[in-house]
This record gives sequence, C-alpha cells and structure tokens, in this order.
Amino acid sequence: MRRLPPVDAVIVGGGWAGLLMAKELATRAPLEVLILERGGPRKTSDYRDNMDELDYAIRLRMMQDIARETVTLRHSEKYPALPVRQYGSFLPGAGVGGAGEHWSGISYRYYPDVFELLTRTVERYGAKRLPDDHAIRDWGVTYAELEPYYDKAERLMGVSGKAGNLRGQRIEGGNVFEGPRSAEYPTPPMKMPYLAALFRDACASLGYHPFPMPAATTSQAYTNPDGVSRAGCSYCGYCERYGCMIGAKAQPTNTLMPVLARRKNFTLRTGASVRRITVDGGRARGVTYVDATGEECFQPAEIVFLASWTLNNTRLLLLSELGRGNAGRNLTHQVSMPAATVFFDKPLNRFIGSGAAGVATGDFDADAFDHSNLPFLRGGAINTVCYGFRPMANFGVVPRSAKARWGSEWKKAALDWYDRTGRITFTGEHLAYRGNFMDLDPRYRDAHGDPLLRLTLDWRDNERRMAEFMTAKAVEISRAMGAREITPFAGLGHYDATRYQSTHLQGGAIMGATPEGTVVNPYQQHWDVPNLFVLGASSFPQNASGNPTLTVLALTWRTADAVVGRYLKRPQSLA
Amino acid sequence: MKRRDYLTVTVGGLIVYTLDRMPGMAQGRLIRVPLRFFTEPEALIIAAAAARIFPSDESGPGANEAGVIIYIDRQLAGPYGRGRYRYAEAPFEEGPPELGYQGKAPPREIYREGLALLGADFRTLTPQQQDERLRGMERSVFFDLLRTHTIEGMFCDPMHGGNADLIGWQLIGFPGPRMGYFDEVDTHHGRAFRPKPASLEQVMGRKVRPSEDEP
Repeated sequence: MRRLPPVDAVIVGGGWAGLLMAKELATRAPLEVLILERGGPRKTSDYRDNMDELDYAIRLRMMQDIARETVTLRHSEKYPALPVRQYGSFLPGAGVGGAGEHWSGISYRYYPDVFELLTRTVERYGAKRLPDDHAIRDWGVTYAELEPYYDKAERLMGVSGKAGNLRGQRIEGGNVFEGPRSAEYPTPPMKMPYLAALFRDACASLGYHPFPMPAATTSQAYTNPDGVSRAGCSYCGYCERYGCMIGAKAQPTNTLMPVLARRKNFTLRTGASVRRITVDGGRARGVTYVDATGEECFQPAEIVFLASWTLNNTRLLLLSELGRGNAGRNLTHQVSMPAATVFFDKPLNRFIGSGAAGVATGDFDADAFDHSNLPFLRGGAINTVCYGFRPMANFGVVPRSAKARWGSEWKKAALDWYDRTGRITFTGEHLAYRGNFMDLDPRYRDAHGDPLLRLTLDWRDNERRMAEFMTAKAVEISRAMGAREITPFAGLGHYDATRYQSTHLQGGAIMGATPEGTVVNPYQQHWDVPNLFVLGASSFPQNASGNPTLTVLALTWRTADAVVGRYLKRPQSLA
Repeated sequence: MKRRDYLTVTVGGLIVYTLDRMPGMAQGRLIRVPLRFFTEPEALIIAAAAARIFPSDESGPGANEAGVIIYIDRQLAGPYGRGRYRYAEAPFEEGPPELGYQGKAPPREIYREGLALLGADFRTLTPQQQDERLRGMERSVFFDLLRTHTIEGMFCDPMHGGNADLIGWQLIGFPGPRMGYFDEVDTHHGRAFRPKPASLEQVMGRKVRPSEDEP
C-alpha cells in the first residue's frame, strides 16, 4: 500500500457538502485540504452537448456505475435482500459535484417543527399517536440556530423565490407557513409555465396558499457573495439528470469550484474510491482508497470528513466498524408520488420548463393542518413542477378511458393526449421506524470485494394513509384546474424500487443531542472520534417532506463555522 | 467474425410541424444500413412486431417510418444490450415485483428469447394474427422491453438511429434540444407553441458521441 504525504483535512466525496466544507476550510482557516472523489472530473462546459434524453435521462450517464456497486433491498427482515440491479427509485451521482450537478434545484427550507419532531408531536397529539415501531427523534439543532446558514446557502446559490414570513411578518404570495426568514430570497421567483399557473389559480380558488417553488435554477443573472456570477435560467427543460449547459442551475462546479480552483492549498483527486477510515487511539488517522489505476493508497490526515452521500457515508462507517452500534438506523426515503395525472383540453407546451419552475402549496405540509381526527401524522407539499417534459420516458400516458397500451387505438389516444397531460405531485414526510434500517449485506459484494449496503425498507400505514389523503386533495385541485379526466395515484403499497421517487434518502449516521442511538453530535461530529465528521443527509433523524439539499448545505456550513471557530483551537468534542 | 448483415428499409418523410390530427406524409427515403446485432431476417421480425405496437396508420407514421429497428439494433449491440448498465453479480433469485427485473439475461439475450416467442413465421401472419401472438406474450419481460424500445426509437435523438427525419418529434410537436424558451415560457399559455424541431447535432453544429458507440 502506498502511503501518501499527510494533509490537514481529507474530505471523502466532492459533492455539495464536501466542496462547501473544502471552501470554508481552505479559504478561512486556511488548511491544506484534499478531496477524494470516486468519479471523474467535471466542468460546466461538459454540459453543452448533454441535451440528449437517452444517454442522460434513461441510460443515466451521470450516475454511479451500478455495474460495480449497488445496494440490496428487502421489505422486512423476513425476506432475503436482493440487489437493486438497475436504477429505479433513486439515482446516486458520481463525479465532481456529485448529484448536485444533476439535481432539479428545488430548495425548500424545513419547517421549524421538523427539527423538534418528537417533542412537538407528543406536545400536540400525545405519545399514544406515535406509530408502534417509530424511531422519531429531535435533531439536536433548531430552526433558529440554522436560519443564518439557510440564508447563506440561499445566497451561495442565488435561490429564486418569494418570502412568506419575513422576520415574523406574514406575506401573502410566499409560503405563509414557513419559519421566519431574516431576509428575502436573493432573486425573484421564476417565470410561471402554463401548468404551474393553472395549479396556482386552482389552489387559490380553493382557499389554499400556493407559492412559487424556491429554485436554485436561478431566475436572473446573479453574483454571489464569493463574487461568482451565473446566468439566469432559459427554461430549456434539461435539468434533472443533466448538468446545466449555461450554468444557471446552481451546481458545485459553478458555485464552489470557481473559488477553490484558485487555491493552492486545495487539491481534488478524482478516481479515488475510499474503502476504509482508519482510527487508532480514538482518533482518525486517515483513509484508505483505491486510485484510478487500481493501486491501494493510505492518505493520512489530521481531520477526516465523510461527505459521500447518505448511503455511502453509512456504508463506510459500517465497513470501518465506526458505527457505534447505531450506524444504519433511521433510514428514510420520501413519500414522492404523482398524486394525480391530469388530462386537459388545452395544450400545455410541456417541453418548456426548468427543474424547479413550479408552484407548491403548504396547506397540507408538516403540521400546518390539524391531525387530531386524521389517521396519520405530518404531511407534505402538493405541487406541480414544469421540469421539461421529454417524450422517450413520457410518451404513452393515456386516461383510464383508453384501455389499450399498444397498437392503433393506444397510439391515437397517446398522440391526442401527449401535450395535454400534466401531473400534480406530492412530496411528503417519511417517518423513521426501527424496522427501516441499513446494514452490510451478507451475500452481495462490490467490484472491490466489499459487502454491499443492505436496505430494509417499506412503507407503513402512516405513509399509505397520508398518500391516500393527499391523492384526494390532488384530485380536488385537478378538478379546479379544469381537468377533463383524472387518474389518481394508485396507492403506495410496498416500497417500489423500480419507480423513480427522489434521490432523497436520509439517516444512517444520525445526529442528536445525546450519544444514545446516534452516531454524530449536532455538529455532525462523531461522538467517539472527535476528528471525524459525517456530513450530509445521513445526519437527518428522519425525512422532512422538503428536498434536502438546502438543509445539507446549512448544516455543513454550521459545522464548518464550528470547526474553523472552535475546533481548530481546541480539537475536541464540539457538543 | 460473422458476416455483417444489411437492412434495407424506407424511413422518414416529412409531415407538418403541428399536432394536426391528419398529418400529411411525404415520400420516405430508401436506406441500406449495416446491422450491428441482428441478422436481416431477425431485424425484419422485430421491425414487424414494433410496427404493431406503434403502427403506421391514419393517425400518422409509426415505427417503420421512424426506423425504430435501427435504434433497437444499435442499442442491443452496444453497452446497454450487453448489460453494462446493470449489476450482474450472482446469485440470481426471484423477488417481489417491486425489486425489479432480477434475471441474469441482459437485453440482447432477452431479445433472443423474444425472437423465439415471436416465431420465424411472424412476418407471414396477417396483422390480426400478429396482434394475437403479441397479446399472448404481453406479460413477458421481452414484450415490456420491446414496447419501451419502440417508444424510445420513435422519439430519440436521431443520432441513436430512430426518429428518422425527426418524424416522431414532428408527430407530437416536440422541438428537441433548444437553447431555451425565456420569452415563450409565460406567453403561450393555453395555446400550442410548436417551434420547428432540430436534432442535437443540428443545434450543436457537430457530431456528438452516443452511448451505444462507447465500449
């Protein structure tokens, strides 16, 4: 094994969390920072010719190489786990920028009560309403503590939107249910495609509170506090699963890399697959990785940061036997579903769009509505996003009145409805349960010979009933939109690894105010190994309806502040 | 090295850039393309089956005119067809449907099985008999793949072999890749906006390497 010269900080994974931490450490401390990224290099100009649905959206050119590594899945401990052999319900990224390159840019803040989920739920409804098998926890950090970092993250990316609560003042037209914001969004809301406008008007007519979705697909040219400038969105409709060809969508490569590329104390090593973290005498000593040529290397470092996405963070902790017996707990996904497929009389021009050009309503999110007489807890955002509708994956959807799924009759109906079909989607909270967890698979291995991560995951009644309730709401909104025909969501059933839901997986190395049941403290610092930090949604004790990236950035920034401000002076526990 | 087969088919033809119910067809072009995976007889059988899924009829051109078979042939010959984009470690075991296809066979082997299901006589059957045979295999992994690939071949960027002359995009009013719609996003509400389609190569002004040409 080749032993490399030591660095101050090694960061595993060059996505949003890893590169943000690198920027803070390299520019403010300044430390010598090394990122190890398993994928290849990337830059904005790579994306000029990626507007090809087949190679990017279907063959998934930007994702991790599933032939080399995947996960196994089972619905409960009663069954053997089988590998997810082809991508379906989520899409892990690889390469510089990670999934932050091919995300949609939807940038919700979490509601304040999300961070105190156990306390607030018991307070309002009593402990008897908690599901039997639940593992719901408070985060150990509050919305008020995170608010300044949410603001910084929005400024970093130039998020477009409209405030609904500015320093406690309620503002119509924004999300009136959101927690208090210290400042307005850095850029105004995106333009409104037709379907989103129909949805907005329908929600308003029903007395709901629609608001423009907060979007990192920035609405106009923007220069961030680091002096990095980006163009405004052109609504080409190639966001999710693609990199942005004009750099309007905030991506690590067009926000963080321009700052880091100028720093001599920053190195990014691609093609480096980290396999173990080495700990000795209660301190992390470095990481072992396999480089692009297949050679095994040991990289010593004073501080180790894991920032390699929820599942890989968890897997590395398990492989390195650093899980404190708690790694893998609180695995959650997101209740993400097409609540209603809606058929209209008028054409929608759905090829026009942007990953976060949409409208959401918060009336049925979090605890904004009373659950006393409902058969479930919590909720989510009912929304419609005009992300740009492309035909290879989307052609062929017909109303229930058309029975055939191939042949002349189907073809005629599918052509007829093609540009008159819209979707109302729902992204809802997935509670944590003891029975949903990750560990190492006893049978299947990756290309290096290491065990795959095994997911034990299924929906419970809380999610199924929530989905049913939200489907009815989406049908109500569809009618108000003037739908000719509506296909409601068929129901959640068992967790379906074949249907894309979202790449929002949480848990595995969760944070909490106490070491019991958790891996990291509220600064994402390992309880037993103070120079090991675990960044990303692996820290989230449970899913919170909204998409996680903005919260990942806010938590990372808060950790970076604590590392630069306190840890470097006294390298010990920050909690 | 096996002898390379060629396929001679008529593809393309121009219709109008709208969602008119009765698109006008122009004359197609006769082309001769080298096959990468199928033999000529195999290609003709798959093409006939794809043409029953997406027929050429009064609602417009179909799989034949789009060159769907060329798309499928290239996909099966390339990394996708070999199973490069899936995890293929043993053991292979049956699981619940929510865990997805767990079989060992990559797409090209599934097509080999599909050809056997369709039968060597498939092209000699009447359209009604062909439909009946297809209905008998509707639940097979092969049929699902064939249906998916037929739609993909209708609407892919033409660099992948299908959607000849952008015929699929013309049929549905999809413009293909474009630099954007900043001025149109909120000015065509409720009205069809149908810019003339262009392929990625036309937009970029140069060749782009498709995944099927990768090792």
